[in-house]
Amino acid sequence: MTSSGLVTDELQPSPEPAPPPQVSRLAAIATVVSAVATAGAIYEGTLVRSYNDNSAFSSIAAVVIVLSSALAWWPCLRAIRAIGARASLAKDEKVVEARRLAARGREDAQIAIGYAAAGLVVVGLLQFVFGNDGAVASTFFDWNPIGKAFGDSLKAFWTNIWVACVAEVGVLVLGLVVAIMRLLPGRAGAPLRLIAVLYCDIFRAIPAIVLIYIIVFGTPLAIPSAANWPGALLGAISLTITYTAYVAEVYRAGLQSIHPSQSAAARSLGLSYSLTLRTVLVPQAVRRVIPPLLNDFIGLQKDTALLSIAAVAEVFLTTTFFQNTYFKISPVVLAAIFFIVITIPQARFVDYLIDRDAARRAGK
Amino acid sequence: MSFLEIDDVHKAYGHHEVLKGVSLNVERHEVVCLIGASGSGKSTLLRCVNALEEIQGGAIRIDGDTVTGAGVDLNVLRRDVGIVFQSYNLFPHMSVLENIMLAPTRVGGMAKKAARERTMTLLESVGMQDKAKAYPDMLSGGQQQRVAIVRALAMQPRVMLLDEITAALDPELVGDVLEIVRELAHGGLTMLLATHEMGFAKEVASQVCFLDNGSILERGSAQQIFEDPKEPRTQQFLSRVVKSGRL
Ligand SMILES: Nc1ncnc2c1ncn2[C@@H]1O[C@H](COP(=O)(O)OP(=O)(O)O)[C@@H](O)[C@H]1O
Ligand SMILES: [Mg+2]
Repeated sequence: MTSSGLVTDELQPSPEPAPPPQVSRLAAIATVVSAVATAGAIYEGTLVRSYNDNSAFSSIAAVVIVLSSALAWWPCLRAIRAIGARASLAKDEKVVEARRLAARGREDAQIAIGYAAAGLVVVGLLQFVFGNDGAVASTFFDWNPIGKAFGDSLKAFWTNIWVACVAEVGVLVLGLVVAIMRLLPGRAGAPLRLIAVLYCDIFRAIPAIVLIYIIVFGTPLAIPSAANWPGALLGAISLTITYTAYVAEVYRAGLQSIHPSQSAAARSLGLSYSLTLRTVLVPQAVRRVIPPLLNDFIGLQKDTALLSIAAVAEVFLTTTFFQNTYFKISPVVLAAIFFIVITIPQARFVDYLIDRDAARRAGK
Repeated sequence: MSFLEIDDVHKAYGHHEVLKGVSLNVERHEVVCLIGASGSGKSTLLRCVNALEEIQGGAIRIDGDTVTGAGVDLNVLRRDVGIVFQSYNLFPHMSVLENIMLAPTRVGGMAKKAARERTMTLLESVGMQDKAKAYPDMLSGGQQQRVAIVRALAMQPRVMLLDEITAALDPELVGDVLEIVRELAHGGLTMLLATHEMGFAKEVASQVCFLDNGSILERGSAQQIFEDPKEPRTQQFLSRVVKSGRL
């Protein structure tokens, strides 16, 4: 029929309407998984309750565990109801309605499976912690030594925060300097480029813990007046050196990801190289690298615990003292909790920054 | 002596020779159009005039000053020569106002307040005064291109280079942008533009050059090139453009 060779009739057969998809198999899986999750939750509930001598608090916890496992049942029941409805619609040859309903039923079953699977993960964790007569719980989460260690550990944690803040300010500035050195154009830039490359190569290679050791114990030998410097300051300097190498690479990737047409536009307006960098390239690059930058900052914050090898009284060293006093590991778990508590708000803050930037550009 | 003299310019990327001896003179207040197939070197030629690309041979002179080779103050040259790109290239992290004010304040030494006033006047003349606070991503292609033109004009260049500035626009947005260029032409701004809007070229250009494979194969008045091309390559190119519905 058609005259063009590009379009032929045999490429376009009229399709048979497809039957509505099956719901029953998915619904069956959802039922089984939900049942297993609920059974597991009930079992763990009793474990939690008996671990804590049936106290009121643990009874409430047990009830919450069991009830939350029931979340999967609501979508699961809807999926089961969809099986019958689909069959009767299909019998009446209402193909479109049947298909729509079947799709909804399948989605419900998938939601149920998702909730139940999450429940199973929680059950597994609880089993790990409270199984075996609560061996893990009593080792890692013994609240008594944690309570005794809390005050001193919190004070020691300020040292970690101080070191992290000082190092981060240094890293933000020096990382950008090294990245820009590395991208300098022309023959005049060659020596500085080389220095930047060597810097990144060397200080990314040295383990942070080794560099801390060298600097904290070496600097006072080389510079006698540095013997009075607090160990935390020397530690902050070594972390700055290490993380500047990482962050320089992050900045470099950000700068290189800006399309060359941006710099062409800026130069064509008469902006010098450095003005182009400052007003056009760096502001755009910094916005792009905020998420990977946070990644490195979280790494840096955690690595403040490495200062313990240089006898800086930071939180890890402090909590290990308590561990040795009470023969319990749980004070060190406290240190872990401190780090989690400071990290999460930062992650949310960066999410907020990214959303705000996107919204502003879109004019919202 | 012409205002803008492009004299036997050679340009290569590595071994790939893109401009093979292009010579072209543009008089003061003249508008010259470059046409030619994609890849024939139109953008490269314009970028060379603005010194965004280094040239390997020949010379470019503006008002008698050689602006190519070592020792040229590029930043001064670029203040004299404005360029508008096909893809607008606005700075996405700056508002329209900031985009336009950047060069006059940071390079031209203009006071912020004066620059703002002038920017608003310029924006008004292209019908964009209510978008001063907007960011580029919020604007249509036509609006972005109008801002890009204003941004280049804000430095009061003596020559404007326009590189297929309507090629990326939806057809109904092309008119607004061309209207501005038309006004500039009537105002006496010297312009060198690459374009495929043949009708527009006929209207404003005193000279049309057909660029083919890195050299100017044919040149003459718009009438002559579009209606009576001599070279077979020119005829072939124009007939293809007609087929695509652009004439
Ligand atoms: N940065 C570059 N590196 C290498 N080759 C390039 C570059 N820019 C352009 N070219 C080449 O130069 C030739 C001319 O390109 P261009 O000036 O963009 O043509 P036009 O603008 O006429 O379409 C093309 O063959 C293109 O591949
Ligand atoms: Mg081009």
